[in-house]
Amino acid sequence: MSLMGVFEVSGSALSAQIVRLNVTSSNLANAETVSSSIDKTYRARQPMFAALVDRFSDNPAMVGVQVKGIVESQAELPMRYQPDHPLANEDGYIFLPNVNPIEEMANMISASRSYQNNVAVMNTSKQMLQATLRLGQ
Amino acid sequence: MRFDLDKAMGIHEQALYVRARRSSIIASNLANADTPNYKARDIDFKAVLKNLAGDTGPGRMNTTQPGHIQPAGSSAGDSELLYRYPYQPSIDGNTVDSQLEKSEFTQNALRYQATLQFLGGKIKGLMKAIKGE
Repeated sequence: MSLMGVFEVSGSALSAQIVRLNVTSSNLANAETVSSSIDKTYRARQPMFAALVDRFSDNPAMVGVQVKGIVESQAELPMRYQPDHPLANEDGYIFLPNVNPIEEMANMISASRSYQNNVAVMNTSKQMLQATLRLGQ
Repeated sequence: MRFDLDKAMGIHEQALYVRARRSSIIASNLANADTPNYKARDIDFKAVLKNLAGDTGPGRMNTTQPGHIQPAGSSAGDSELLYRYPYQPSIDGNTVDSQLEKSEFTQNALRYQATLQFLGGKIKGLMKAIKGE
């Protein structure tokens, strides 16, 4: 029954969007985490979404979502001259994460909207299935 | 007139199947609204229903002997799945328009309910005939 598949497909999208929301919250939480060296500084990360066709190979119409991995941004880290900071290096610089809070907020809203969309799809499918079960009664 | 239970439900039985299938396709589109390079897909409801109802559709062959077989993918397979033409293609190669898919999904769900109503009516009629009230 293809209507049951909706729950698998939308469910995979829900978990993918939750991963995205988690990553965004990590980024925002660490937006001010400074450090004294480039390699120890927190870098903004982003989840990589990919279409998941193999799992439902019997039906080409059903395509779920999977999180292929989480990539760290390679953008340059901002440096700030602050010699009185306890974490400043010998030259007096501290390194800030390359998190863009505006981008992250937009990401957060987008993730939440997509989540809502998929919940709505699941709700509608549930109603459709219930109506089908009541058929002939 | 001979009564055939298989045909009692008319086209609505197949229509229900195609509607259910279409809802899972649109659900896939909505699920992949943020997936880079995902291409939104859909089926032509009318063509698929015509195909299911027995008319020869694209890729279907006439079977005149019992040994004749249909080519793979000629029934409810991959060949009927089309790609949606994007109004606003995005930079990451994704062609899903969430608003459009959402309205299509709602419309499809409503039509599914309508088909259910038709089927319910047919069943009610049959029950009445069986009971003879």
